[in-house]
Amino acid sequence: MVAHAIFFYVFSIIAVISAIMVTVSKNTVHSVFFLILDFISISCLFIMIGAEFLGMIMLIVYVGAVAVLFLFVVMMLNVAQQKNQWFNSETTTSSHIPVGLIISTIIFFELIIVVGGWKYKPELSNPNTNQMFNEISNTHSLGQVLYTDYIHIFQISGMILLIAMIGAIVLTFRKREGVKTQSYLKQISRERSEGIEVLEVPSNKGVKIDD
Amino acid sequence: MTDIGLGHYLTLGAVIFSIGVIGIFLNRKNIIVILMSIELILLAVNINLVSFSIYLGDLTGQVFTLFILTVAAAEAAIGLAIIVVYYRNAGTIRVEEIDKLKG
Repeated sequence: MVAHAIFFYVFSIIAVISAIMVTVSKNTVHSVFFLILDFISISCLFIMIGAEFLGMIMLIVYVGAVAVLFLFVVMMLNVAQQKNQWFNSETTTSSHIPVGLIISTIIFFELIIVVGGWKYKPELSNPNTNQMFNEISNTHSLGQVLYTDYIHIFQISGMILLIAMIGAIVLTFRKREGVKTQSYLKQISRERSEGIEVLEVPSNKGVKIDD
Repeated sequence: MTDIGLGHYLTLGAVIFSIGVIGIFLNRKNIIVILMSIELILLAVNINLVSFSIYLGDLTGQVFTLFILTVAAAEAAIGLAIIVVYYRNAGTIRVEEIDKLKG
């Protein structure tokens, strides 16, 4: 139990500090790196708490795909030098800052109140359902419900990914001028008559080609 | 102190959620950092779902965390594509200069 507490505090402190650094970091590339650190520590927490499949999926999806996507976009748009500054008196947007702080603190205390109610009235949780799956692993049990009870939602999420892929490609696709590409329709619709030409070659004169 | 319960995980989720909201409200320069704050908020939601799922012994929370991961990945891809297109057309992605919609 003590080891659990130590690991929880270490990973959660790292997660909170890196979340703060994501928002206040001056360099966007540093923000992406702190986002990766945040996801790694949270997935360590997931693995520690017993949801090892989700922890691994978080590592693969977020650290492997989403964070790298962010890095690519940051490097492609050349915004790393574009300093990420706030609390700046030169820009006239300082009226947003107190509103944002107030709303964030209100949300935080609301969530804390919810947590307190859960902690001090433990009969809210139904102890009858509180049984862990000891004989089968987390991944096994998730797979058992994912492909049976939630098969339709699973397929809908696949459709969402497909639509997102098509949308991203359509949004960022552009035709450039002066690029030589193959025209498949032209290639496969060539006829013999326009492809070759049969000539009578006069003797001792020859023919001129490529004119 | 050494007994880690559900409340600790929910508090961690609340802290990360609030940091994400602060990042959205206070960031005035870079829209990519706003997208990253949205990812932080989704991460906090995932923490809540997974911890409830573990402590109640119900797998539904983890299944829905999986779907939230899917939707978050799709949202990040589409959002970054929109940012790339906007940068190509307007030449900037500073938040205060994005005013084409006059909102």
